[in-house]
Parts: sequence; structure tokens; C-alpha cells
Amino acid sequence: MIELDILLPAILNGIMTGAVYALVALGLTLIYGVLHIINFAHGSLLMLALYGVYFLYTLLGIDPYLAFPLVVPAMFALGYGLQRYVIGRTSHGKEENILLVTLGLSLIIENLALYLWSADTRTISTPYGFATVDLGVAVIAVPRLVAFLGALLVTALLWLVIHRTDLGKAIRALAKERQGAQLVGINVEHVFAMSFGIGVASLGAAACLLLPSYYANPGIGRSFVLIAFTIVVLGGMGSFLGALLGGLIIGVTESLGGLFLGESLGQLGIFLIFIAILLFRPTGLFGAPSMGRP
Amino acid sequence: MRSALAIALVLAALLPLPWLVHSDFWINLAIMALYYGFLGQAWNLLGGYGGQFSFGHAAFFGTGAYTSAVLQVSLGVDPWLCLALAGAAGGLTGALIGALSFRYGLRGSYFALVTLAFAEVFRILANSVAFTGAGVGLLIPLKESAANFQFPSKAGFYLVILALNGLGLLSAWWIENSRFGARLLAVRENEEAAQALGVDAFRTKLAAITLSGALTALGGTFYAQYFLYIDPAIAYGPGVSVEALLVPIIGGLGTLFGPLLGSAALQLVNQLAGIVMGDAPGLNLVLYGAILVLMIMFMPNGLFGLARLSSRRLIGRTA
Amino acid sequence: MMLALEGVSRSFGGLLAVAEVGFTLAQGSITALVGPNGAGKTTLFNLITGFLVPDGGRILFEGRDITGMPPERIAALGLVRTFQIVQPFARLSVRENIAVGAHLRLASRRAALAFAAEIAERVGIAHQLDQPAGTLTVAARKRLELARALATGPRLLLLDEVMAGLNPRELDEIAAVIRGIRAGGVTLLLIEHVMRAVMSLSERVLVLNDGALIAEGPPAEIAADPRVITAYLGAGAAERMLKERARA
Repeated sequence: MIELDILLPAILNGIMTGAVYALVALGLTLIYGVLHIINFAHGSLLMLALYGVYFLYTLLGIDPYLAFPLVVPAMFALGYGLQRYVIGRTSHGKEENILLVTLGLSLIIENLALYLWSADTRTISTPYGFATVDLGVAVIAVPRLVAFLGALLVTALLWLVIHRTDLGKAIRALAKERQGAQLVGINVEHVFAMSFGIGVASLGAAACLLLPSYYANPGIGRSFVLIAFTIVVLGGMGSFLGALLGGLIIGVTESLGGLFLGESLGQLGIFLIFIAILLFRPTGLFGAPSMGRP
Repeated sequence: MRSALAIALVLAALLPLPWLVHSDFWINLAIMALYYGFLGQAWNLLGGYGGQFSFGHAAFFGTGAYTSAVLQVSLGVDPWLCLALAGAAGGLTGALIGALSFRYGLRGSYFALVTLAFAEVFRILANSVAFTGAGVGLLIPLKESAANFQFPSKAGFYLVILALNGLGLLSAWWIENSRFGARLLAVRENEEAAQALGVDAFRTKLAAITLSGALTALGGTFYAQYFLYIDPAIAYGPGVSVEALLVPIIGGLGTLFGPLLGSAALQLVNQLAGIVMGDAPGLNLVLYGAILVLMIMFMPNGLFGLARLSSRRLIGRTA
Repeated sequence: MMLALEGVSRSFGGLLAVAEVGFTLAQGSITALVGPNGAGKTTLFNLITGFLVPDGGRILFEGRDITGMPPERIAALGLVRTFQIVQPFARLSVRENIAVGAHLRLASRRAALAFAAEIAERVGIAHQLDQPAGTLTVAARKRLELARALATGPRLLLLDEVMAGLNPRELDEIAAVIRGIRAGGVTLLLIEHVMRAVMSLSERVLVLNDGALIAEGPPAEIAADPRVITAYLGAGAAERMLKERARA
């Protein structure tokens, strides 16, 4: 029998990780909800952001948590540009094309990173890197706690942007009714690009929060992509709350999976959940009926 | 039928290559072109003709490779028999994944995602299970002889992959000239309209993915015999899945010779890139990604697809 | 009885789209199904042909219960429909499009393609046989839709607004084709808004409004039926029209 004092920390750690996963998935769910694009490049963009934060620290000495004002706008600009000038231009209205283009982008980004920075795993050691906090039931690493709180904060911010600003209103309008939105004068291309930009910007935020307790290497994009998709599908495409809860569930699943099944099989649970959701309940916990199903 | 003639001519033209060209380098290049072309042909059956884009064809490739390798190494099964068994395993895997996905109506992006997930599940399992050699992989012991499916000279491998290509071309030809193929294309174009005309879309797609899986598995076996080593990353990793779809997209989805053309073009690009940029890791994949994006942007019908309508008239699709 | 519906109902969420509809179609008849927009006509077609499953009631085709059967099985039994919004196999040629229908009964590729050419001739699109279906005009697409369904060798054909968007000459041509189909022994049920066609082609008219069958009978009767006029033009219109007719 697994004792509580092994189980509880595992669950808590899962929640901590889950919150950051949720932040990553949030960007994806926004992009899907508004643009109906399944963004295969999401993971590799996160990887790029992680390297960005890494180099800012190792070359310029900027602490990850302080790198927000640099990384987030940069990622936003990248996302905006990608949607406006690459993805938006290639779709020709076909879903398969967008799929392939984002796949192509992920290939480019991943392998460029491989070429430029080699396959070596990069970690940073910050002064607070090994600090811990005793929560009574478990001892949590400070960076992970900060990541958790930061993720919740950014999620709340994102929610505010989407639900309390004019831009957010435009985004929601566009997501619901493309033609109608056009008719009332919303610049579709621009708002699409803004949405994509925001989605990618949240990756920048996630990277700043992640790196102190995680690592960067060219291949992690791939594992993040599937995890992010699992969360988005679990929570329901386009649902913020769903992505948050989904993230926590997946984080805990991964943690417990690793505990019971060991390192290599640990992620199996996630993909099996993914397949099961896609097959049996593709609308997820909170989502609206989605495409790809009759 | 004119396209049948074209297939015969192409195969006949390619047949004598190992005796005309004596450089190992060029023969290897030809083998690689035919190998990727074959993977592309297999993917094309489901993706190009069937319109179902799989992002996880590695699931079939790896199953074929491992089935054949494990049976040979652990049980001493005759390698040629292993080829057939691998094909069956691949077909079975295709049927399983297809039955699940299509039964629950997955299409488009969702189908692509679920195939990706399946491939990853297989990879994780292969990485953790002992009989596949886990992360260390499997080595097929060197024992050169034609009976052992390990040829001392490249010519033997060349002929095998050429024969497989013939199989691929024949499958595509069959799709272009049969009732099954007509139904598959109808389902691709408009599933509901096809159903309204009596086409069982589920069974049609299932048959396509089974065939595609079986052929892809044969490709996996060929890889294992040619390189004598596989591991979970090679067998079930995204590399194979990407290569399988890239080739028909470049050459032309849903065309007879598209995958072959695409593969040849890709090999050419590879060689040129190697000359210009040197042997840097990952750089050729950057190129693949860039080509993919550019193809979709400017030539979504691929190289062959551009000429498709006129070529159909040339080759005489209709009876 | 070619087709018999008994108490067929279907809701979407809170909306009752089809409410306890029941009627029969005699073998070899041509019947029109009319009603204002949103009456539930296409929904009814979807229910009959298996694209939707009824919440209640039964559908019998040639005596056999087909309620809830999948569309491809129903089509294979001889009950075939066309779509209101035409659905060509865009990248296939006209010939290949029709051949898909022909393949329901013919296994040979050659035979199916040959038969397709024959059908195309009957329907009037033979000169476009090798064109990709996606490049056809709307009128031609409608004929293609008809040709494809015809190629399956149906015994009951459900045509959904096959006349919409056609000019008078095209209308006459299609009407002739439809009469020819009927002469070949096929039973027809048409959803139509083009009243001219309804009046001249059909022997019997079924009127649907708000999901319910409100009237049925020969065309002339239906045209004068106050319930029908009310359904289309609103309350009071029936009275006004009848008064005007009385005066005229």
C-alpha cells in the first residue's frame, strides 16, 4: 500500500505541474476556440520560449521571473506574425492544410533549435533553485510553487483580457460568428492574428515560470504538444475552465503514473486518456460540439 | 489500360539500375528514394486517395519492423516469412486503429491527433518492454544470404524495394480502377453524399487503413533488414510519420506516381542541401519543414497534382 | 405501399422539428412535399433516409421497417435522396461522380462508367462527362445530383429542391426528365418551392408546417386550402384571398 506521505506530495506536485500545463493548454484552447486551428507548432514554440528565457539568464543574467516583459511581448509578436503572414495565408480554407503547415512549422523550429543549440539539455541554477517550502503535508520546491501561483495569475489575466476588454469582445465575437463579426466591422485578419499572438504569448509566460524547475532541449516540444492537446480535448475545446481543470487532472495523472508505473510508462496514462476522450467524449468536460465529428 | 502500361514501363526502366550503375553511393540513393517512395505510396492510399490524414503511420511501420525483427531474432523464424507476418501485423494494427477511430467518427484534425497518440503509445510501450530490447533497441545479427533476407550486394535490396514499389503502384492502380477505389474517393470528397449513394463509409475507410498499414509494415521490415538495427525512436518516432506524409504531398496526393516523384525530389534536395550546408544534424528536417510549408502555400496539389487533370486524360482514366 | 410513415417525430434540444408525421406513398406516384421555410421538410427527408434517427414513430419502405437504419443500407434497398445544397464529388469528373451511384448495382468499373454515360445522356449533362464536378454551374450540379441518385437504380427517389435556382427553360427540361423517371417505374417524393413545378408535376401534395402535416390532397385543392394559405401567408390572408377570389 502506498503511504499517504508518498501519495500526497505526488498529488501536490502533480497539481503544481498541472497548473503550468494548464497555462500552456490555455493558449492552445484560445487558438482553437477562435481560429479553429489545431496548432501543431504549439510545443515547439514553447521550446523556443524556454530557450529564450535560458539565454536571457545565461548571457544577460536576467532572472526568469523578471524576463516576462521581454519574453511575453516577443512571443506575442512571433505568434502574430506567424498567423498573419504564414498560417493565415496558406489555409486556402482547408483544415488539412493548416494541419500540415503547423506541422511544417514545428519541424522547422525544432530542428533549427537542434542545429543551433545541439541536443544537450539545458538547465539553469538560480539562487532559489533549491529552496523549499514546508506546507505541512509535503515539502514543495519554491520554483514549482511560484510556477503554480504564476500560472494561476496569468490565467486570471488572460480571462480578464478575453472577457473584459474590447479586444476580448472582438475575439469572442469572431469565435462565435465569423461573418457576423466581419459585418460589424471587425478586422478578421487582425483579430485572428491577435488571438494567435495571445496564445503564443502565454507560452512565453509559461516558459518564464517553467525554466527554473524544468529544462530546455529541442525535443520537449513534441511531448508538450500531445499533453497540451490532451488537456484541451479533456477540458473541452475552447473552454478556459476546462483547460485549467484538465491541466490539473493531467498533471496529477502524470505524477501518479510516474509513481506507480515508473518513468518510462508514466506518460502512457496521458495518451490513453487522450485516445479515450477523442473516441468517447470528444466534447470534453466543458466544451461545445466541435468539428471532426459528424 | 494506359496507366497499367506506364507502371510496367517505369518498373522495367528502373529494373536494370544496379547493373548499369556501379557506384554504391548512387545505388544506395536509389534504394532510399524507392524506400521513401514506398512509405509514401502506403500513406497515400489512406491519405491521398482516402483523404484521411494520418500523423502516426509510425505505428504501422514500427509494428512491422519489430514483428519481423523479434520473430527472427528470438524465435528464429525465416526472415521472408517474417516479412509476410509483419505485413499481417501492420494490417491488423491498421484495422484496430481504424475500427476505433472511424467507429467513433473521427475525421480531419481529430483523426490526425488520435493516430499521433497511438504512435506515441506504441513508442512508450516499445521503450518499456523487454522483448523489444526496450530503449536499447534490437540488433539483427549479420548473416548475409539471400535466403536470410540480407543481401551481400546492394542489388538484392534494390530489387526487393523495387518489387515493393511495384506492389504499391499496383495497389494505387487498383484504387484508380475499381469499385472499391471509386467508393474510397467518393468518401474522401463527401462522406455524406457517398453514404446517400449506398457507400458504407466505415468499411471503405477501414479497408483503406488496413491496406495502408500492411504496406507500411512491409516498409518497416525492409528498413530492419537493410540497417539491421531498430529502436523505439526509429520505429515509432515521429520521423517516419513525417517522411511518410511528406513524400506524397510533394509529389501529389492521390496520384499514381506522386509519391515516387516526391521521394526523388526530396532525395535531390537532401543531396543538394548536404553539399551546400554540410552534414549538420537536423538541418535536413528544417528543410523538410520549410518545403512542407511552401508546398502547402503555393502548390497544395504537389508536383504531379499540377498536371493531374491533363495527365488523367493522357493516361486515360476512363474506360 | 412504397413508403409509410407512422407518427414520426424528432426534436433538437427543445425544438420539435417534426411532430407525429404520418403518410403513405403509393407505388409509381409523384408526390410533392411543400411548406414554408423551416417547416421541417429536409429534416423529414433526413429521417426517412437514415441521416437522422427519429425520436418516435416508424418508417416502412416496401413493408420493411427501416427506422434507424444507416443511410447506406437504406440507399442499397432502393430508397435514394438528393441534397438541397448540392454535394458533388468536386475533384472527380461528372462521369466518375455518376459511376459511384452506378456501382451500387454494378461491380465492374467499365460497366459502371458506361452506365454513367447513359444516365448523363438521359439527364442532359453528357457533354460535360469529363469535366471536374467542382467546375459545374449550379444548374448542372443539380442535374448531376439527380443523375448520381438515378444511377443507383432506385425504386423510391426523394428529390430535395432539385428545381431551385433554375430558369424556366431549365425547369421544363428537368420536369421532362422527372416525368421520364416516373415513367420508368420510380416512385417520387419532391420537396419543392417552385409552385409551377408542384402543380404540374405532382398528383398529390403534402403540406408541412412547423413540423406537422397540415394538409394533403391533389394540387388544386391544396392551393385553395385556407390552412395552407395561412401557413404561408399568415392569419387573415386566407380570408382576404378567398374574398378576392369570390369577387373576381
